[in-house]
Amino acid sequence: MSEHIVSPKIYIAIFAALMLGTGITVWAAFQNFHQFNIVFALVIATIKATLVVLYFMHARYSSKRTQLVIVCSVFWLAIMLALTLTDYTTRSHETQPGVSHLARPAASHLFRV
Amino acid sequence: MHRTGDLYGHFQTLEQQKETATLGMWIFLVTEVLFFGGMFLAYTINRTAFSTAFGIGSNTLDIKLGAGNTVVLIMSSLTMAMAVWSAQVGKKKLVSFFLIATLGLGTVFLGVKAVEYKQKFDHHLIPGRSFDMKYHPTHPMAGDDLKELALEKEEVDKAFAVDPDINFHGQLYFSLYFGMTGLHALHMIIGAGLLLWLIKGSFAGRFTPQYNTPVEIVGLYWHFVDIVWIYLFPLLYLIDRHR
Repeated sequence: MSEHIVSPKIYIAIFAALMLGTGITVWAAFQNFHQFNIVFALVIATIKATLVVLYFMHARYSSKRTQLVIVCSVFWLAIMLALTLTDYTTRSHETQPGVSHLARPAASHLFRV
Repeated sequence: MHRTGDLYGHFQTLEQQKETATLGMWIFLVTEVLFFGGMFLAYTINRTAFSTAFGIGSNTLDIKLGAGNTVVLIMSSLTMAMAVWSAQVGKKKLVSFFLIATLGLGTVFLGVKAVEYKQKFDHHLIPGRSFDMKYHPTHPMAGDDLKELALEKEEVDKAFAVDPDINFHGQLYFSLYFGMTGLHALHMIIGAGLLLWLIKGSFAGRFTPQYNTPVEIVGLYWHFVDIVWIYLFPLLYLIDRHR
């Protein structure tokens, strides 16, 4: 397997795409998409991150073994996020008034020193 | 320095040797993904629970500085990628040039971050005894836009009505803000140290089409730090800008 050299043209195209993505993120933040603002922001950030991984970090041209390691990192991150969040969203914990559908325990004294 | 790209005994080819180094770096980056992932998780849980305080906290950040820094950091990723390319095609002077450019842009990023941190100190937004989200709107400083400040005061007053404990919940936002951007900055400082080491090597002409593994794997690290910022910028600066 010989080394794959990514040309500067591709690097500059990816850079332009990342700049565009940054512009869209800032624009979208000022629009009111209600609860979808965060979804929009995360989708753009993930597209940008994927471009960086594939081209700047050469994942697209890496060995299958390296690609497997990269996919594993995302998979393990997903496990951590999913399992922790299922716990937090189904258990009552300290929130500001009116946020959670669960009872708000009187734990705010914990923050008062 | 003996690592000049000679083939070590336990590898069969130079390519295999390089791939092993790259794979090792990726495995380190997997641990970094999970490390930062834990912080993003803490952020997500607290943001859901204390969305009013997080919105107000986020709006105190300077969007121009944040967006500008995003551009600077992505640009530094481009120059880092170009440094790898220059080494691969054997343009030794360009390797030094692009590495120095990357270091320069990284330094600009850290400088801007320092300006932002200083502002938070001045505005009493450092978690601790003197933390007060009402302080800055009621204590204008030189160069402040008074109209903007009046709007900010109105916003903060409204938030206090929704969440009376906002000065406690706001400290959670700023603890996460300083924790996450601080750890990111620490990674940048380590990256700057690695770049200095690479620049020294590039002046000695160490990086060639046959041997450029250090440039490649420091590049991986630098791009990873860039990715962390790609998520930090919208999550910390752009939570509650639509109104």
